[in-house]
Amino acid sequence: MYRYDAHDQSLVEQRVTQFRDQVARRLAGELSEMEFKPLRLMNGLYLQLHAYMLRIAIPYGTLSAVQLRKLAHIARRYDRGYGHFTTRQNLQLNWIKLEEAPDILAELAEVEMHAIQTSGNCIRNVTADQYAGVAAGEIEDPRIYSEIIRQWSTLHPEFSFLPRKFKIAITGTEEDRAAVRVHDIGLRMRRNLKGEAGFEVIVGGGLGRTPVIGKTIRDFLPKQHLLSYLEAILRVYNQLGRRDNLYKARIKILVNQLGIEEFRRMVETEWAALEGGDLTLPQAEIDRIAAFFVPPVCATTEAAASDPDPDYALWARTNLAPHKIAGHAIVNISLKATGAVPGDASAEQMEAVADLAARYSHGEIRVTHEQNLVLPYVKEADLPALWRGLQAQGLATPNIGLISDIIACPGLDYCNLANARAIPVAQKLSERFAALERQHDVGALKIKISGCINACGHHHVGSIGILGVDKKGEEFYQITLGGSADENTAVGKIVGPAFAYDEVPDAVARIVDIYQDLREKDETFNACLARLGLAPFKEKLYASH
Amino acid sequence: MPLMVLTANRLRDGEVIYLAQDSRWTESLQEALATENAEEQGRLSALGEAAVEALELVEPYLMPVCRDGDNLNPVSQREIIRAAGPTVRRDLGKQSEQGPSEHV
Repeated sequence: MYRYDAHDQSLVEQRVTQFRDQVARRLAGELSEMEFKPLRLMNGLYLQLHAYMLRIAIPYGTLSAVQLRKLAHIARRYDRGYGHFTTRQNLQLNWIKLEEAPDILAELAEVEMHAIQTSGNCIRNVTADQYAGVAAGEIEDPRIYSEIIRQWSTLHPEFSFLPRKFKIAITGTEEDRAAVRVHDIGLRMRRNLKGEAGFEVIVGGGLGRTPVIGKTIRDFLPKQHLLSYLEAILRVYNQLGRRDNLYKARIKILVNQLGIEEFRRMVETEWAALEGGDLTLPQAEIDRIAAFFVPPVCATTEAAASDPDPDYALWARTNLAPHKIAGHAIVNISLKATGAVPGDASAEQMEAVADLAARYSHGEIRVTHEQNLVLPYVKEADLPALWRGLQAQGLATPNIGLISDIIACPGLDYCNLANARAIPVAQKLSERFAALERQHDVGALKIKISGCINACGHHHVGSIGILGVDKKGEEFYQITLGGSADENTAVGKIVGPAFAYDEVPDAVARIVDIYQDLREKDETFNACLARLGLAPFKEKLYASH
Repeated sequence: MPLMVLTANRLRDGEVIYLAQDSRWTESLQEALATENAEEQGRLSALGEAAVEALELVEPYLMPVCRDGDNLNPVSQREIIRAAGPTVRRDLGKQSEQGPSEHV
């Protein structure tokens, strides 16, 4: 893992001091709310329905056991004993007191963490493949470049007041677990004909009110030019992105208005002035950062262990992924127990995962954008013991990638922007599909739920997407079908009129039944939909509605 | 005019509060001062702005309520959740509290 140097540590400590002073001035009346709000948002502090909410940055979703223990401590000491892992691989605490926020930031700084740039019109926390560094077939660990981008973008003076927020995601494999095509910039590592590693640069993707699949602006960008090219893109966006209309301010709107050819021409022109300059990455600097991410394990011939308990086999079937180092496995920890709040973890669970990570995964944990956790370095010989440890904390739900592994934003239960609840819809669906046999029969199918059009729950890219809307004070839910955030990115299509809150579980169950009736052998939901179109789903879904 | 109460979030901790009789702020909706009178609603709004200046709260606004016997109930789902707490965690928020509410 990356460790802060003196500069990083000084920066976060200075920020704590600054924010402590800003909070004191606010409480003393020296700053109005209008003056203070942008300052608190720069430190991830929102005012939500019930209290202040603190969004803590987890850079590219990588945490140490020490950091996770600290998050558990903060959740217990300053909040209500739990936290919510988000689709941006961050952690949100929902019951924060303004007067205690500086103390929380000080505690975070003790473990090289902060909440800087988790809000505001700046470059947000860079997200990455949760299997970074351990995925089979990976070209390079995307966290090396995520960290380089983090350092470049943190408090970048030119990009602190962009037209709108800006999100970057990176993957190092062909398989896309980072949703790179629905980000403002997506970076996909690839090799050129000479075998050199670099990036496909994708620009102008996004969800929200206007879902857009990003377009490739450069097929191959050599690694040393990563920052100068990003700077060129950001400069064009910063200059031409709309600041007069909140809903048209994201880069996706600019790229669509200009067209990708013209946007590319402008970026390349800007880049011509930057190429070869100070932002060129020396190989020595790439190597220095890469050294932090060398896997701490070596191949082992130690025999893989198993457990005779049939529940172990069920867990191993869905929650383990192949590791690039022999004798090891990637372990997914589901935060989607039946009826649970997707992404929520209690302080006790966080501490348990930290302890298990320390014991079995070299003290490292990953947070996924699908609101689960990962232990990246587990010896196959340790899997049964780890499974029992997870089971004891209710963290061994064997449903990764299945229909009950649902993404849901906080929705109207917590969020000031939401129009409808998302969490209870997820809970009802997870209970509806609780039978594991049924889940395996359905197969891989992603349900994603957002409580408003801002789409924090990624509903546009769910095989079944659910969007909460407000109709004359009542919660209704629009269902989209056929979305995907992987290497076959697609935006789902609205199947028909919205459903009332109580009707959603039946509607989703009906859609799943229709799929199971119509699918050909081993055909995925999206493949079935692509073959048949929306019509049969729509016809049968609304036949009795 | 619809029946309205004035609500806001307390500055120090973000707690949901309502304007009660005697210009007090309360955490309990049941203690809120509700009025259909437009002039009175204007007076409540002015008290809210004064409380902002006095650093008691942020973002005051009038919200519609309805009476059910002696109870005041919010009209919108958003305000129902603000007045009670998350529907998915009945152990949290005002709904979890026992005994009399605490005034600010």
